[in-house]
Amino acid sequence: MPAAKMLFLYAPAGFAAMLGFVVAVAASVLFLRTKALRFDTLAASATEVGLVLLTANIVAGVVWSRAAHAVWWTWDPAIASALVCALVYASYLMLRRAVEEPSQRAASCAVWSIFCFLDAPIVVVAVYRWRSQHPHPALWADLPAGWPAPLAWSTAGMFALAALLLAVRLRQGTARREQDLQRRMGHTI
Amino acid sequence: MDYLRQFWVVSVKDLRAEFRTKEAINASLAFALVILVLFSFAFDAADLEEAAMNEISGGLLWIAFAFAGTLVLNRSFVRELPNDCLDGLIAAPISRSALFLGKAFANFALVLAVEMISLPVFGIFYHVRWASQFPELLLVLVLGTWGVTVIGTITSALTVNIKLREVMLPMLTYPILVPALMSAMQLTTRLMAGEAIGADTGMWLKMLIGFDVIYTSVSLILIEVVLIG
Repeated sequence: MPAAKMLFLYAPAGFAAMLGFVVAVAASVLFLRTKALRFDTLAASATEVGLVLLTANIVAGVVWSRAAHAVWWTWDPAIASALVCALVYASYLMLRRAVEEPSQRAASCAVWSIFCFLDAPIVVVAVYRWRSQHPHPALWADLPAGWPAPLAWSTAGMFALAALLLAVRLRQGTARREQDLQRRMGHTI
Repeated sequence: MDYLRQFWVVSVKDLRAEFRTKEAINASLAFALVILVLFSFAFDAADLEEAAMNEISGGLLWIAFAFAGTLVLNRSFVRELPNDCLDGLIAAPISRSALFLGKAFANFALVLAVEMISLPVFGIFYHVRWASQFPELLLVLVLGTWGVTVIGTITSALTVNIKLREVMLPMLTYPILVPALMSAMQLTTRLMAGEAIGADTGMWLKMLIGFDVIYTSVSLILIEVVLIG
């Protein structure tokens, strides 16, 4: 079934999103330890990239579901838990926009990033448990022979894309921080 | 002052302030009742079969509780803004985690009180026998409400200096509360249907306890950062 090959898109995107969130929580903890704003920028950029990739994962999963089961949304536990995680991380970005003062924003967002990260595994366990009460189609069937290698390649490619996006956002974030700093200095003078 | 006393003083202060003005609890109670009435139009409670009603009872109750709880939680730290009370509290020679626990406990008591009043009303409106397994149901209510109040109190502290705080609080709390509310809904539905806590429901109970333990401990560790930056 050709639709099954959507796996090469949604699985790597999901893995890369998870990696992004791991980087984000690590950067948040580092920020709380060092109070260096560059870690805050890293956490924000990693969350943004993670959220974009998670959205790609959900959209690809929904397209797969439509092709495989003729409905867009089946409450498949993998896609449903990804959606809840996306909503959780969207709250992080909303909090970022709402707080204006940079060091307060960094502290609040670091705390919230840790909260979001801890929520993800609980959400996954809960949603899988919830759906196990009803029969559901398995997203993770055994891979056919010859599939693991391309899956590994596309995962590597997706990680490279994530790294590139992260580098771009990090550069923009750093530039914005410097701009902000100079504006503040200008005001003081 | 030892830790327990600090915790108690903060709780009692919050509860006393609330009972003098009654601004949060009245709004919350009225809101809970309005939601319960509105739901009956959405599902036409008079025609609904008993089995179908039992099936959705946990969900209805916890949505009403979570919405009503937000009104209490929104006020928790905002109440300290006039006269710079929050600065005074932070500067006071008490542990910040005791301050947090005290506020969380006061919110917990208020939200639980709203739930205890809504529950019989819910039972009357929807012909649900909620009292058949009351001790177990009470345990679920306590655990679920504690989860809601811990997350709500820390978000209340996080958003206290934000202009859009009334909007931000629900945006932050509901997504993160999904696993806790899901467990509480599942357990409440089963208990109201007369099912005892067995292997399957026990797993939801463990998940709810786990959620509470994880987020209470992390909040106690991080509250220092939230309040001081």
